[in-house]
Amino acid sequence: METDKIKLEVVTPYRQVVDEVVDEVIAPGEEGQFGILPGHTPFLAKVRIGDLIYRKGNQMFHVAVTNGYSEVGYHHVIAMLDAAELPQEIDVERAERALKRAEERLTALSPEDKAFFEERTALERALNRIYIARIR
Amino acid sequence: MASLRDIRKRIGSVKSTQQITKAMKMVAASKLKKAQDNVVAARPYAGKMSEVLASLALRTDPKKHPLLQRREERNVELLVITSDRGLCGAFNTGVIKAADQFLAENHDRYENIYLSVFGRKARDYYRRRNREFKSAYLNPGEILFSDAERVAGEIIDRYVEKATDAVYIAYTRFRSAISHEVEIKRLLPVEPQELKPDEVAVEYIYEPSEDALLADILPRYIYTELFSMMLESIASEHGARMTAMDSATSNAVEMVGKLTLLYNRARQAAITTELMEIVSGAEALN
Repeated sequence: METDKIKLEVVTPYRQVVDEVVDEVIAPGEEGQFGILPGHTPFLAKVRIGDLIYRKGNQMFHVAVTNGYSEVGYHHVIAMLDAAELPQEIDVERAERALKRAEERLTALSPEDKAFFEERTALERALNRIYIARIR
Repeated sequence: MASLRDIRKRIGSVKSTQQITKAMKMVAASKLKKAQDNVVAARPYAGKMSEVLASLALRTDPKKHPLLQRREERNVELLVITSDRGLCGAFNTGVIKAADQFLAENHDRYENIYLSVFGRKARDYYRRRNREFKSAYLNPGEILFSDAERVAGEIIDRYVEKATDAVYIAYTRFRSAISHEVEIKRLLPVEPQELKPDEVAVEYIYEPSEDALLADILPRYIYTELFSMMLESIASEHGARMTAMDSATSNAVEMVGKLTLLYNRARQAAITTELMEIVSGAEALN
């Protein structure tokens, strides 16, 4: 394999979403976004809901991701996530319904409720999907 | 000897049974395809999880995390994974037999063996024998990751509260459409994969800390393990059903053949008898 490239794999329990050789990866880490270039030192990080970006040449690609982990080696990045979708796969209507539902439920809850956190996560997921579907 | 009408009825009933088994075989074949795809699709994730866990566990103290701790096994839990539906040959019997054997063999070794069941067949079997369950779940036939999470979550809770010291799973491992085998595997405590001799543990930079990551990854690793076992069990179930229905169909074909022969023979005998009667009647007149 070429030494100035990264092999990117995005996997979820249901399928492999991305399997490509890329030039750069930018992922939403739990402690902030991080960028990976070829030759990066081994790195293991938690990933949160957000936009995982990868670059091939001068073209950028986006993947909507949810919580999980990413393992980085010198020439590979493996993201293990609860869910991941490419922009063209996102069902915007469904995400909008989820957004509305989460908003309605959140107004009825107070931050002390156990369900509050779950609903907020659902809200973030929906917003993220809608955002990434629109980038295209 | 059975009357002609009886045989005809019998042929009709065998034929309609054959139609049903044939249809079930087709359905099982298409479901098998899907289930098999699911098994394959889940593999990369599971493989990566166990690699990452192995390298994490190597560099942390197992005493730090309860799910890695080994304690004396006094109370163990056995989760039996079967299907909800029958007509799949020896599929469920196989798992239950292995589970029974496990119970019988380890009866003296442990203080208590608690039973949990996943799938109606196991539940009904043990309920008839008045066994108590820690938990009983139905097997919906299509498994989501969240189902595995829910079941494994309860198992982990009991383990962490020290109600159980080890957890075993009896399930069917999927090899191919026609080959699957019953296996009993330990789920808890987690035994991280050993590195192969030529592999070196990678020194990672962690974000957040190693311990926090390990504590976070461990339960997920267990969910993943259980999820793959459930998927394999379901794929095996469809494989077993397909094989069972295939042989049922060919048995039915064979039976129809035999019955048809019997029917024709009986019909011929009836004709012969009738002829004889006519001939002897005519002779009597002469």
